[in-house]
Amino acid sequence: MTLRQAQRTASTFAVRAAGVDKVFPTKTGDVVALTGVDLTVDAGEFVSLIGPSGCGKSTLLRLIADLDTASSGELEIFGKPARQARIDQDYGIAFQQAGLLPWRTVAGNIELPLELHGVGKTARATRVKELAELVGLSDFVDRYPDQLSGGMQQRVAIARALAEQPKLLLMDEPFGALDEMTREYLQGELTRIAADTGAAVVFVTHSIPEAVFLSDRVVVMSPRPGRITEILPTSLGEIRDEALRESPEFFAAVTAVREALHGAPVERANER
Amino acid sequence: MTLRQAQGRALVADTRMPPPWLRVAAPVVVGALGLFAWVLIVDILKIAPRALPSPLAVVEDLVKHWDIIWEDMGITASNALIGLLAGAIVAIVLAALAATFRPVDGMLAPIVAAVAVVPIVAITPILNTMFGASSQFGRIAVAMLAAFVPVFVNVLRGLRQTRPVHRDLLRSSGASGSQTFRFLTLPTALPYLMTGLRVASSLAVIAALVAEYFGGPADGIGTAIASYAKSGRASLAFAYVVGGIIIGLTFFLVTSLLEWVVTRRRPV
Repeated sequence: MTLRQAQRTASTFAVRAAGVDKVFPTKTGDVVALTGVDLTVDAGEFVSLIGPSGCGKSTLLRLIADLDTASSGELEIFGKPARQARIDQDYGIAFQQAGLLPWRTVAGNIELPLELHGVGKTARATRVKELAELVGLSDFVDRYPDQLSGGMQQRVAIARALAEQPKLLLMDEPFGALDEMTREYLQGELTRIAADTGAAVVFVTHSIPEAVFLSDRVVVMSPRPGRITEILPTSLGEIRDEALRESPEFFAAVTAVREALHGAPVERANER
Repeated sequence: MTLRQAQGRALVADTRMPPPWLRVAAPVVVGALGLFAWVLIVDILKIAPRALPSPLAVVEDLVKHWDIIWEDMGITASNALIGLLAGAIVAIVLAALAATFRPVDGMLAPIVAAVAVVPIVAITPILNTMFGASSQFGRIAVAMLAAFVPVFVNVLRGLRQTRPVHRDLLRSSGASGSQTFRFLTLPTALPYLMTGLRVASSLAVIAALVAEYFGGPADGIGTAIASYAKSGRASLAFAYVVGGIIIGLTFFLVTSLLEWVVTRRRPV
């Protein structure tokens, strides 16, 4: 049994959502962003949320992060309410925009969460060194964000998300704004980091190959109203390297996800 | 880049932006020509009105009376500086309140609009009379009023410029309200504060100087310019004008430098 599997069976769920709804009240009436979401993410598991725009994948991530509050249903992070998990720093988060503070250096940005939680200066410096090494930015800790490429900024954001050694990593299309080369490189890095840290990951994307390459399970969502239509295990094993991208199993999983995505409207027609 | 594109780009650069030496030389040449015309009219052709002294006489008076000019510059500059700082502090505090509590914003908006349009020349005699001929306070108050508006307007705008992704970041890091203010809102507003200060610095100097025309103690650049111009010592009055220019330039350069320091990091 591998380390990740062992963690999965031994501990509790990283995320457990049961019957979660999210309704945004607007002037022209209520907009149902999410309805009836049931999802569990095991500790150490990599789960991607995929679906067309408006399917509520980012909204679901924001609910897990307690950046928004669910209208109804149960949502637990490591057995705690989302709000408590946020305050306890049980998760780290990275957004589509790196969201670095331009007046802080790379080191200053990475250590921001630690500084907010009152970690001492020397402890912060040690952790920054580790994290910069982990994301391959050791030579750039004194630079400012505007001196970095988009890919490097995103790596800083990932390092920052990992600062508190969270057991859950939330990522909202973190590679969405990057070019294909950088994207594939960072995907490889992310699988390595996730394996090294043993953290569970909830990863929002609209790229099918990205979801398949990274994930243990792919959650396919559909819009109007946003909901989960299918959850597909990729069954690609623990090793995610460049060879995997060319393998028949990879293509089979990509096809399966694509069919689930495109099959969604047909299924909805059947429901009527 | 192909050769043609390179040529095209060079051509565009040529037509839009003069070379560096020209950018320095052009204003110097214009200044020298102006000065020459001045000397020509006053000293050589002698067709100038009596109130216009020769630039040579101005320099002569500036050197000869530098000690008293310097002293008066100190008075005016300190009035302007105290007014600028006090006005800025009041503006920052009120802007922070307005940004935090919507009703405060509503209450302050008409007052700020009123302060913005108060003519300095109208309020100065009143303040000078109120605080008497022995007090600099009226002058400081005028400089403060002038500095308040641009700082308030800019800081209030700056405090509202935090980006959603940064707010999400701070919230997801479990930051408290005061931490969010310290780590995000304040640094985001800082470049706006500096822009406000740069605009306010020139206004404060002008206001402090103009205020001296309307009474108060018998010192300061403005008082000296007024009295020497009236008593026919035009060259000395102009030497004081040079002193005023030096104060204004110093304020402007220092605040511009501060602004550059805090805005150098482009947002990403």
